[in-house]
Amino acid sequence: MRAGPLALLQDSGRFGARHLGVTQGGPADLYSWAWANHLTGNPWGTANLEVTFGGLQLVAVKDLDIAITGADLAVTIEHNPVPLWQRITWKEGEILRFSAPVSGLRAYLAVCGGFAAEPVLGSVACVTREQLGGFRGDGMKLAPGDELSVFCPEPASGQISGQAPEEIVPDFSQPAFLHLLPGAQIASFSGRSLFDAFNAWWQVDDRADRMGVRLTGPRLRSSISTLVSEGINLGGVQVPPDGQPIVLLNDRQTIGGYPRLGSLTPLSASRLAQCLPRERVRLVARGSAAAVKEHRAFRAVFQFMPRLMRGRAPS
Amino acid sequence: MLESAGLDGWIVRLFEDINERNLPWLSALSQRCEQIFGDALIDLVPSYTTLLVVFDPLALSPSQSRAMICQILADLQPEDAVQDGQSHELPTWYDISVGPELPRVAEHAGLAVSEVIEAHSQRTYRVFALGFAPGFAFMGLVDPHLECPRLETPRQRVPVGSVALAGRQTAAYPTETPGGWNLLGRTSARLFDRKREGFSLLRVGDRVRFVSVSRETFEREGGNTQPMGSVT
Repeated sequence: MRAGPLALLQDSGRFGARHLGVTQGGPADLYSWAWANHLTGNPWGTANLEVTFGGLQLVAVKDLDIAITGADLAVTIEHNPVPLWQRITWKEGEILRFSAPVSGLRAYLAVCGGFAAEPVLGSVACVTREQLGGFRGDGMKLAPGDELSVFCPEPASGQISGQAPEEIVPDFSQPAFLHLLPGAQIASFSGRSLFDAFNAWWQVDDRADRMGVRLTGPRLRSSISTLVSEGINLGGVQVPPDGQPIVLLNDRQTIGGYPRLGSLTPLSASRLAQCLPRERVRLVARGSAAAVKEHRAFRAVFQFMPRLMRGRAPS
Repeated sequence: MLESAGLDGWIVRLFEDINERNLPWLSALSQRCEQIFGDALIDLVPSYTTLLVVFDPLALSPSQSRAMICQILADLQPEDAVQDGQSHELPTWYDISVGPELPRVAEHAGLAVSEVIEAHSQRTYRVFALGFAPGFAFMGLVDPHLECPRLETPRQRVPVGSVALAGRQTAAYPTETPGGWNLLGRTSARLFDRKREGFSLLRVGDRVRFVSVSRETFEREGGNTQPMGSVT
């Protein structure tokens, strides 16, 4: 009914095409996206809707089981507040409204069964800049009047709790501590800059989107101003000559030529994607063993879902 | 040399400088990674001097994947590259109406516009990297006389097919995007098509020649002759 500034269909991302200059796409907040699917009984990778900032109004044309996770965008159904991080029923004819951020920036709406769209280059992830993915395949964000199709849900297994445990719900009103794996050209930065990088508060700039988030704070100096362009992974923290770091997110360009301090972990990139301009964040150096352990623990929650859903006998 | 690119990636740095002699090595390294990593491979991003290897962090730890790459590097041979790149000819209409920087590049080089067109279309270029946009191929190296810096102010919209030059590199725009390169003309070749097998016409390592064609040929091949006008 109303589309708001930015509502995009996202599955886990577009993989295997980065050598063609095609970016990864996928949910900016992988953590909340994954939980929205989990709570509705959808397997990992199911497409759901990433709603940035709010302003979206949808009407259900049939009863749907849904879950909304991520940012609190003051969501209502027929003017009644909707509980987040749990499965609820959205009845035929009712209007679901995403208003404006209370805390966080991006909410995820999953429907039982998942949204249906034709994959482009193996994925429905919607990347407007590349004109790829989404409901029509051409990378267009949602527009007023769009009709969203939904796959028929498989019968609920009853094994999946429709409510997230309290401890897994992030508090986006608290300052973010972002884990950074040192790497790339970190040795080219001055000692003072490395001290500042990990001891200063950084402010999220308003130049922030799904390509990257600029941080402002002390000027970081590298002995390299530009390098021959090379592939950049999710969460890469590049520092252009103005000394203000840019954290590269899902829709980043596939190659780039500024020196980098390293990469945020995928979960920290997710957390940063929930920060509004002017919020303060800290960078915390992290070893790769600890980061891998944390990432695998996060993914393990969702590992057995597909098997349960398809009702396969345990082997 | 290996550099960390997060918990699921390594940058393999093989060279320091841009050179087409790097290409058979990078190609061989990509192929070996595909063989050795198998299903645990998520993405490979080759670029001028490096290869970014992205792997499944649930299947491999950073140290396991590092060991695998080191093993590949230990006996890497450029001859492993089965193909040394496909060859393409891109029909290109060089004209000031669609290539408004022809005079700028000519002045910079101290050449006539016709000499710029000849110099640009004579060489066979190699694709060093894809990036910036889907199917956008960075090619080189252009005749040193034609070397020309980017525009001070990038254009908001560069039309599809625009053939462009910056520094000693050349490219053709697969989709309409912003861009700061010098425009020399337009190609009718379809560079990126999400409905085509393989999607991108050009791949890293390919050989490309721009073939100067008449306006009539360009139009017949489906090229868009709409002039740039005064809008920049």
